Amino acid sequence: MSQTNPQQIEYNLKVVRQFTVMTVVWGIIGMTLGVWIAAQLIWPELNFDTPWLTYSRLRPLHTNAVIFAFGTSALMGTSFYIVQKTCRTNLFSDKLASFVFWSWQAVIVLAVISLPLGLNSSKEYAELEWPIDILIALSWVAYIIVFFGTLVKRKTSHIYVANWFYGGFIITVAVLHIVNSMVVPVSFTKSYSVYAGAVDAMVQWWYGHNAVGFLLTAGFLGMMYYFVPKQAERPVYSYRLSVVHFWGLISLYIWAGPHHLHYTALPDWTQSLGMVMSVILFVPSWGGMINGIMTLSGAWHKLKTDPILRFLIVSLSFYGMSTFEGPMMAIKSVNALSHYTDWTIGHVHSGALGWVAMITIGSMYYLIPRLWGQTQMHSIRWINTHFWLHTIGVVLYIVALWISGVMQGLMWRAVNAEDGTLTYSFVESVEASYPFWFIRFVGGLFIVAGMLLMAWNSYRTIKAGKPTRETIDVAPREATTQSA
Amino acid sequence: MSSFWSAWIIVLTLAFLVGIIWVLRWNMSNYTGIKEGELMDHEFDGIVEINNPLPRWWMILYWVTIVWGFAYLALYPGLGNFAGLLGWSSSNQDVRSIEESRAATEAHREAGLIVEYDRAMDAADERFGPIFEAYAQQPIEELAKDPEANEIGQRLFLQNCAQCHGSNAMGGKGFPNLTDDNWLYGGSADAIKTTLLQGRQGQMPSFKAQFDEQQITELATYVLSLSGRKVDPELAAAGKANFAVCSACHGQDGKGNQQLGAPNLTDNVWLYGASQAAIEETLMNGRNGVMPAWKDILGEDKVHVISAYVYGLSND
Repeated sequence: MSQTNPQQIEYNLKVVRQFTVMTVVWGIIGMTLGVWIAAQLIWPELNFDTPWLTYSRLRPLHTNAVIFAFGTSALMGTSFYIVQKTCRTNLFSDKLASFVFWSWQAVIVLAVISLPLGLNSSKEYAELEWPIDILIALSWVAYIIVFFGTLVKRKTSHIYVANWFYGGFIITVAVLHIVNSMVVPVSFTKSYSVYAGAVDAMVQWWYGHNAVGFLLTAGFLGMMYYFVPKQAERPVYSYRLSVVHFWGLISLYIWAGPHHLHYTALPDWTQSLGMVMSVILFVPSWGGMINGIMTLSGAWHKLKTDPILRFLIVSLSFYGMSTFEGPMMAIKSVNALSHYTDWTIGHVHSGALGWVAMITIGSMYYLIPRLWGQTQMHSIRWINTHFWLHTIGVVLYIVALWISGVMQGLMWRAVNAEDGTLTYSFVESVEASYPFWFIRFVGGLFIVAGMLLMAWNSYRTIKAGKPTRETIDVAPREATTQSA
Repeated sequence: MSSFWSAWIIVLTLAFLVGIIWVLRWNMSNYTGIKEGELMDHEFDGIVEINNPLPRWWMILYWVTIVWGFAYLALYPGLGNFAGLLGWSSSNQDVRSIEESRAATEAHREAGLIVEYDRAMDAADERFGPIFEAYAQQPIEELAKDPEANEIGQRLFLQNCAQCHGSNAMGGKGFPNLTDDNWLYGGSADAIKTTLLQGRQGQMPSFKAQFDEQQITELATYVLSLSGRKVDPELAAAGKANFAVCSACHGQDGKGNQQLGAPNLTDNVWLYGASQAAIEETLMNGRNGVMPAWKDILGEDKVHVISAYVYGLSND
């Protein structure tokens, strides 16, 4: 009995490597598109009088590229890595995992083709037409099977908190995508939503806000819960805090969508519920930040020398800032000022560039050398340079849009005290925004420059190494449980 | 909303908030069997977790927001059909026409309910209404010379009219230039005000069924010749033969008819483009010009001030 032979298991790192490379590639493409359309706002002739290159077609391509190509490739790759390592087992199915990778890349390539062609379902962050939506659903179901199948065959007694967040994100995104993409197709490239009017708007923003909540928040918290304690080499601050904030975050987020529809045809009761839950959501959101940052207790000095840790911790600061700002903007009277202005776009980017991109970049710098048999990236100095380029870029971006957003809101509501007419016409607020749009564009250039540096650093690291093969010895599950 | 769905929302919301409280209270006590501040008894790829208590300030903040949430839902609409203790709403919730909206506003006023939109509109009307009432007493021709009224009129124009007619009121394709002396429905003060109050529907029918392509080309050539453009005289002569159909609206001399809004074809001002191709397109497919009615949107007094501004643009 005591002579049980340990089993040899090899982790599937190939699919992780594939997703990792594509994360960097799509990051550059998606962010470059963002800089391009930021430039178009200042120099509209940059659409070269071509329908395919107009703002209206490139903007959804930009959002799809950064959320679903860059962000989701990062999530899929890191989740496959983390679920294997923290469950001490290999993936449920290598073939299905490979299908997830190739089908997901196909979805993105189809987006790159169909969106510039003007094929668009007109639902924000769900613009892709129904045949692509079906492919997304298939890919996602395969993802669910691989991830949860791996959890089921884990060799550990408990499930690590990172996997709760990944699991919550994966299941919820499937539900959101399928419900919001219900359409009546009229041709291969055109369809109409099965919902009508305010119901359609509500379903769309239930989807839209939870794409933010589950994909861009819960998923990346999963990433945070692995790479922060790993890079800091410190224990996670509080187990019970992770329990409270996990359940609070995933359950409150589902209610928050109506805050995108304040002062619209949506009934008052729906708006109120959305606002109340959004405000309460502030607290469990901060639970994640506290748990991440406090994990650094006793290792603060590492921030001085370790630019990877700096990426991770600064991302948590931006996360904390955005998750304070969001609930505040969900309050109706604040929303009355902020809605439809650049403030919203600034808010999204403090989340997307500050939180999502920085936690991803930090995690990739941890992961890439370990996936290619190296101990560290080709150049730590370049990581440091990237950190500063990115940080300066994000700060320029969000400060510029805070100012222009608040300015737009104030201009739109300014009323002449003598006669009650509006003081400014809309076009005057556009004119006043130009200087800030220019600063935003410059911020974007900083960010893309940093990403290019990352690509070069990654290329040198990968070229110097060769694919890691990692095996572990695991005893059968019963034995592990007994010894625990 | 039916009472079933109302009850569904109430039960779901309250049960959810109770669930949030339950998770919070559960984790306020140390149920782990491990002393606070020590490591939990599991490890994942080298990662361990400390059994630290919830940060106190954070826990208090959670309680405060939850209690605030209950209070908000007691005061404001949120729990299904329960309207909230304050009797507040953002706007009339179930109206489907202007008449229903007016009736609802009246009913809410009598019941003393707070309808935020109506209150804001009432307050604005009370404060600024008299100013516009006073302007409305003055004839448009006089008002057009009043610099203050002109500034107000311009601001109203920029907010409501510039979308089609342009910030400089010079129009664009399909949208008339308001700064020249060329008027589809007449440029007198009264005509301008009538256009603004009631809107206009300019309809040029399609002649696709009546004429073939050659005939359309001939007609367009003749029409161009009316404003002295150099054209092929043979084509124009052929076109003239069919012009009788057009003269019903545009007149035999092609000088138009302001009663019908039929444009003058002899002045070389073209709403949809001055090229042969543009005029052929007009004849083939017809045109539909819509000027919306502003009476119910802005009210007659504000329309009066805008009319004076527009009148002043071509009557300096």
